[in-house]
Amino acid sequence: MRRIQVRVNGTTYEHEVEPRLLLVHYLREVLNLTGTMVGCNTSNCGACTVLMGGESVKSCTVFAVQADGREITTVQGLAENGDWHPMQTAFHENHALQCGYCTPGMIMASISLLEEKPDPSEEEIREALEGNYCRCTGERRGDPGGPRRQLLPLHGLREHNQGCSAGRRTVQLEREAWE
Amino acid sequence: MGGGVPRKEDPNLVTGRANWTDNIKLPGMLHFALLRSPFAHAKVTNLDVSGALEQPGVVAAFTGEDLADEWPGGVVCAATVTDDQKTPFHPPIVTDEVKYMGDVVAVVVATDRYKAQDALEFVEVDYEPLDVVVDMETALEEGAPLVHEDLGTNECFSMPMEVGDVDDAFNRADVVVKEHYIQQRLIPNAIEPRATVALQDPGHDGYVVYTATQVPHLAKIVLSLSTGIPENQIRVVAPDVGGGFGSKLNVYREEILALVLTKKLGVPIKWVEDRSENYQATIHGRGQIQDIELAATNEGRILGMKVKLLDDMGAYLQLLTPVIAPSGAAMYPGVYTFDAFSIEIKGVFTNLTPTDAYRGAGRPEAAYACERIIDALARELDMDPAEVRRKNFYEPFDEPTDTPGGLQYDSMNMQAAMDRVMELADYEGLRREQQQRRENNDPVQLGIGFSAYTEICGLGPSQALAGLGIGGGGWEAANVRMLITGKVEVATGTSPHGQGHETTWSQITADALGVTPDDVVVLHGDTAVVPFGRDTYGSRSLAVGGIAVHLACEKVVDKAKKLAAHMLEAAEDDIEFEGGTFSVAGSPDQNVTIQDVGAAAYMAADVPEGMEPGLNEQMIFDPPNFTFPFGAHICVMEVDTETGKAYVRDYFAVDDCGPVINPTIVDGQLHGGLAQGIAQALYEGAIYDEDGNLMTGSMVDYMIPGAPELPNFTLDRTVTPSPSNPLGVKGVGEAGTIGAPPAVINAIIDALSPYGVKHMDMPALPMRVWNAIQDAQGNGAASGEYDAAFGSREADVRQEGRSEDQ
Ligand code: FES
Repeated sequence: MRRIQVRVNGTTYEHEVEPRLLLVHYLREVLNLTGTMVGCNTSNCGACTVLMGGESVKSCTVFAVQADGREITTVQGLAENGDWHPMQTAFHENHALQCGYCTPGMIMASISLLEEKPDPSEEEIREALEGNYCRCTGERRGDPGGPRRQLLPLHGLREHNQGCSAGRRTVQLEREAWE
Repeated sequence: MGGGVPRKEDPNLVTGRANWTDNIKLPGMLHFALLRSPFAHAKVTNLDVSGALEQPGVVAAFTGEDLADEWPGGVVCAATVTDDQKTPFHPPIVTDEVKYMGDVVAVVVATDRYKAQDALEFVEVDYEPLDVVVDMETALEEGAPLVHEDLGTNECFSMPMEVGDVDDAFNRADVVVKEHYIQQRLIPNAIEPRATVALQDPGHDGYVVYTATQVPHLAKIVLSLSTGIPENQIRVVAPDVGGGFGSKLNVYREEILALVLTKKLGVPIKWVEDRSENYQATIHGRGQIQDIELAATNEGRILGMKVKLLDDMGAYLQLLTPVIAPSGAAMYPGVYTFDAFSIEIKGVFTNLTPTDAYRGAGRPEAAYACERIIDALARELDMDPAEVRRKNFYEPFDEPTDTPGGLQYDSMNMQAAMDRVMELADYEGLRREQQQRRENNDPVQLGIGFSAYTEICGLGPSQALAGLGIGGGGWEAANVRMLITGKVEVATGTSPHGQGHETTWSQITADALGVTPDDVVVLHGDTAVVPFGRDTYGSRSLAVGGIAVHLACEKVVDKAKKLAAHMLEAAEDDIEFEGGTFSVAGSPDQNVTIQDVGAAAYMAADVPEGMEPGLNEQMIFDPPNFTFPFGAHICVMEVDTETGKAYVRDYFAVDDCGPVINPTIVDGQLHGGLAQGIAQALYEGAIYDEDGNLMTGSMVDYMIPGAPELPNFTLDRTVTPSPSNPLGVKGVGEAGTIGAPPAVINAIIDALSPYGVKHMDMPALPMRVWNAIQDAQGNGAASGEYDAAFGSREADVRQEGRSEDQ
């Protein structure tokens, strides 16, 4: 067992953990932060994505002991005083989720992308979300007349070629919200 | 209705407050892990769990023999398609022989998941490998290894069907085209793995089973049939469920085990699937071999169709395994009208994971074969594929119309859908671009692929389902209650897992009762809370369950109207209802709101004589016919002839699911379905080696397309109401997986037709496409070699495909 100290969503926790305990299980089973889910155990699906020191990591491939002394943000730490993070709003307003199981991971990955690249191209968005699978939404979305339309010229997309990944739309919307 | 209102489901989902089964934690809860067979077929010659019992945290461990008395019914199959169908007993834990990789040999129960998993290593087990059969054609040969020795055959059933005089049609034909298609096995991949928690019902005799399922009501019955525990002692709850696509339309051994173990040990029991278990032990989809022939005139009029189908059952029958292919059988003629059709389906056992319903379940296979062969006919006749299709469409109709498959389609206007999609895609422009690329010898060729499909939805009329051999009715129940405070509760028998029923049912209710969607709460998924229903699958929820809600609302309004007349001292016939208010015709200021009426109904201080208090109505809707959505798709592919990489440049889909209640949700269903259809055509496939080892055993090897691999979708719709229900709605959950695969493959063949390519199997990975070009050009035996090594090399090729796509 090893003693770790981790700051998660603004609260500092101290626990004795087995060295093999995965960060995602530490969050879910020890801290009861069940907003972060496991989808694949092989670091492919991205459902378990959280921010560690501001960067997105797949918490099913990080050991809890590796988070010792680090700052973790999960989907449950995004809203402030009940106000959603703009990315959460964007996912909701643009039907970027169906069953919602992939959604916390998608949201965290999208936030991390924007921190890294405030103005990503369509290709960059696609690639940034490559490690997050969504089986429900088809990853890209056509959206005639949707609120994203006004953002299309940003990326030189043709009028009839309006689709994009859930994340791409929300990334753009979030940028709009910040501007 | 008709507005794309944002979903009520979302707030919990975007903030991490959803209630997934895996979130459930209860005092004293134990966890189990399963020892799964590494062999596809073997005798268990020695089994001893005592070593596991000594491991830290382990509370119990059982073999199949230890628990055999607990599951007299085994894992249940609820479908019988022929009188002589062979239905082997399917034990949750085997007693003597494992029949596929992932079959279960023992269970260990411990205080946490890690400990249960660790202890599996201390179960002593010896296997004696038996001969394995992995492909259907071999399985049917004389002397093939038998999956179930006691059945004496690997043939599960054989089902022939003929409508019209097929021989005559083929004799009269100017041309006959024959094709051979393979529907590879697919792994459904709901992103939430399965999970189950079972406990003794606090305060009642009996048990509660929380489970990640599409079918809590079916599960309640089936768990009772499996275990012998009376149905009224089992309550099933589907909490938030993270996708299903058919894979959670089942009742699995792990659910039975959780129930049996909680009964035996007296504490809550939890099991959560990991992804590699999901790949081995949750059902697979498709797995068919299709031989199809089409007879036609020189003008392109279809005269008849013959189909021979082998359908891979896998090693056992799950809930609906044998009925998947038969339920699509009548759909092979698709959107084309002709007189003669025959089909023969054989269900075949193999030493592989059982198959069952996967998004579309029988209809994607039918649409694929039909839409591929009509392109083959167009090539044979040197006609435009759009023209051959148009020649055989039904004239538009809005009343039930007989089909070659022996069904009655409800309503259809293919011409309108086809016109619209060709306009949307600028078909002429695309052909010009294609011509140019051909003339320039562009290494990247353009392909234009059509698919014109219809599908069978709104499962379904109970009588018709019984005729198909599906146990249980196809109706759906709803209970709508206006509460004393004016709020509304809708309890539905459907069980959503991403489809947004809370939002759509609220819209239907708000519209009918004149309240706002926010006044409505939709209850679902708990058999103790909602009326007994038939759950969610087969694009049935809106066309059956949503209609039940609508009709229950009408009953509420009817009763409220009587009471309003009484309150307003007017004749019932003079009462008008508009926007939630009852008023007297001609004097609109004499009125009461539906909320006032509701309160009066519960107070019951002054209700008409004989009227029951309350405003609480139930409706069970059994539809008179299925619904048949349809659509026309055009897929535009770019195919790199030098590398074999095929990429969807654009995808145009015009779908007709009748009137649309929430366009945003309908578009979302289409996007997801199209993505899964494109995934089948280009990327996915479960690969086994000849020993029955699953080579694509995790998401690392099984290529689920992500954002970089999927195209942009351009959607539009036509609206042809169904006469099967009062809202005219049809269903849309599976349209994408049905329409997309043939459009994609037809587009690839179209791109490569100047090279002489006439055929392409799914998934059309770069290696396969490249080989097809080499073969057609007479450049050696490349593809023969490749196909021989399909099993062992496919996984590498997948990775290659993935990295190229990035
Ligand atoms: S919303 Fe279901 S997996 Fe993405």
